Amino acid sequence: MANIKYHILVCGGTQCHSSLSDDILTKFQELIIEKGIEADVQAIKTGCFGLCEQGPIVKMMPDNTFYTGVKPEDCSEILEEHIVHGRRVKRLLYTSHETEEPVGGSAHKGLLKKQIRIALRNCGVINPENIDEYIARDGYQALGKALTELTPEATIAIMKKSGLRGRGGGGFPTGLKWEITRAAEADQKYVVCNADEGDPGAFMDRSVLEGDPHSVLEAMAINGYCTGADKGLIYIRAEYPLAVERLKIAMKQARQYGLLGDDILGTGFNFDIDIRYGAGAFVCGEETALIHSMEGLRGEPTVKPPFPSESGYLGKPTNVNNVETYANIPAIINKGAEWFASIGTERSKGTKVFALAGKINNVGLIEVPMGITLREVIFEIGGGIKNDKKFKAVQTGGPSGGMLTEKDLDTPIDYDNLIAAGSMMGSGGMIVMDEDDCMVAMAKFYLEFTVEESCGKCSPCRIGNKRLFEMLEKITQGSGTMEDLDKLRNLSYVIKDTSLCGLGQSSPNPVLSSLNNFYDEYIEHVTVKKCRAGNCKALMQYIINPDNCIGCTLCARNCPVNAISGERKQAHFIDQDKCIKCGACMEKCKFNAIYIN
Amino acid sequence: MEKIKSLADLKKLQDHLRTTIGLRETSNKPDARILVKVAMATCGIASGAKEVMEVFIEEFTKRNIDAIVTQTGCMGYCYAEPTVEITKPGNDPIVFGYVDCKKASKIIDKYILNNELVDGIIPVNYETIDNH
Repeated sequence: MANIKYHILVCGGTQCHSSLSDDILTKFQELIIEKGIEADVQAIKTGCFGLCEQGPIVKMMPDNTFYTGVKPEDCSEILEEHIVHGRRVKRLLYTSHETEEPVGGSAHKGLLKKQIRIALRNCGVINPENIDEYIARDGYQALGKALTELTPEATIAIMKKSGLRGRGGGGFPTGLKWEITRAAEADQKYVVCNADEGDPGAFMDRSVLEGDPHSVLEAMAINGYCTGADKGLIYIRAEYPLAVERLKIAMKQARQYGLLGDDILGTGFNFDIDIRYGAGAFVCGEETALIHSMEGLRGEPTVKPPFPSESGYLGKPTNVNNVETYANIPAIINKGAEWFASIGTERSKGTKVFALAGKINNVGLIEVPMGITLREVIFEIGGGIKNDKKFKAVQTGGPSGGMLTEKDLDTPIDYDNLIAAGSMMGSGGMIVMDEDDCMVAMAKFYLEFTVEESCGKCSPCRIGNKRLFEMLEKITQGSGTMEDLDKLRNLSYVIKDTSLCGLGQSSPNPVLSSLNNFYDEYIEHVTVKKCRAGNCKALMQYIINPDNCIGCTLCARNCPVNAISGERKQAHFIDQDKCIKCGACMEKCKFNAIYIN
Repeated sequence: MEKIKSLADLKKLQDHLRTTIGLRETSNKPDARILVKVAMATCGIASGAKEVMEVFIEEFTKRNIDAIVTQTGCMGYCYAEPTVEITKPGNDPIVFGYVDCKKASKIIDKYILNNELVDGIIPVNYETIDNH
């Protein structure tokens, strides 16, 4: 059996690709054949290493040496020195930012530390349907530690000291919430897990529940111990069937081991969990609406106070936390508050899971320490913008958030900085937009979502958002006026100030944020009726270039509305009033005579 | 399954599981088994991870290769689903992306039997917290 001993991995990410990674790979492959060592050495292209600024990257295996900024002419030296003589090529070794020392061999760990997985520590590692694998990786140790070695007060003190804040978007300090629920006096209390993930493009919570359901169950039990609740409820949307199935399996296994149920670990503590299904309404992610939905009422929010911690499910004190928040908790109890607080920024501790989506190369799920910059997330971990297009903006916080632009790329990401930049942390969706995305259309997309999802209880949200949407529609159709732009802004403020719940209070954010960052695009739509991204169909014009048109009449015959006229063998002409912008003419033209203005 | 009656029992069980599962996962012994983990979250399954997992199981039986095939959650590389992580005894785990049924067979031929890599390897660019 042949057994290849050395592998040379050449980064095939887009950015490395544009800096000659293909030539490097070919060069290595040629040299390997030239030297007759193909039975021992193999060179291959891989996915992006996430170190794009120092590309092209070459990784040597099995000793894990990283070379950066490699050029085709370096290949021979790497092969000769590294593989034949077993000596590293010092001048090409990856240099750590912090120490400015070349890093080689297994010390390379430091260089890929852009992502730290705490909430996702078991996702993609364990089999989520086998409790034993969770236990082998410290599962239920935190619960055991809390029940036998810590008092509820001491456990809450750890949570407070860790600085963990709610990962659902609000950012309320978790320990403080627990303390308030504990302080409330009642014969019955509840622990609720908010798994109603509703932002378009967000799938963090689903991934945690599908990949590591026990971490949520364990944290809920810890929460029950701290707050004095013996009943937990998971509110999850019925659209997540796999997450529901894995949760059910996990609950069954935990009960069999006695880790849920009566007298857990012989401590006399009782706790069990039930599942409640949501029908997928966005507003039910708001905790008061969520509670009403669980009670069998309409999923409508009510005014706070009273907060759920004082009067929640069935009027009893209820502690509501989000999935990702829970997933962090066992790790905090096991490793200590100081450890957790050492990661992140001053006021935002730990890590955050983001779902990267949109015009980005490495669409996926990432977990990064708070304080990382948007540039690192998009251009290093995310591998940059698709098809080498230009970065325009990133929407964080879903339909309640805002757009962050070029100027925000180097801002450290945390709760407070994102708010200062006109957006918000939200639950962790990050939708990346490039130069082909129209910001007016984007604001319209989010408004359409909000209009659909507004519960209709209060008029600012029900009617106001509808009016905002109509105005945006008018602008993208090319019939907007400058007056509309002022109206947009004013109405947005009114909706923010007067809506009942978080949904309405934040729904105009995409409008305000796009007005603030891309006002010139709005003006173009209104005054010169132009959409620079070529996104708004109504503002596009198909035009025939008379120099290229030979008068074959093919376009005229294919136009569904007879908008094209012209004599045979003479240049044709499109009547813009009749044109419906279907693009059929451009598709049919064999002479590249039709273009979009 | 027996109920776990105390924290001490839980720790005992953990130690036991760590040696059995740990042996399987991280052993450098040459007689340890090959471990194949298929990412089976919604995203993976939607891209065909179930079929891919079946190919691995069938091929291993057919060719008499001693390996463990197991499912896991989302590895985070949604752009390259289905993703599969393969750990050969004595080697670092390697994550393969864009694994359809055809590629699964290719991975067995090339990597598992021949230690030869195939295109579409995803460099793991994160650290998970040390649990011990």
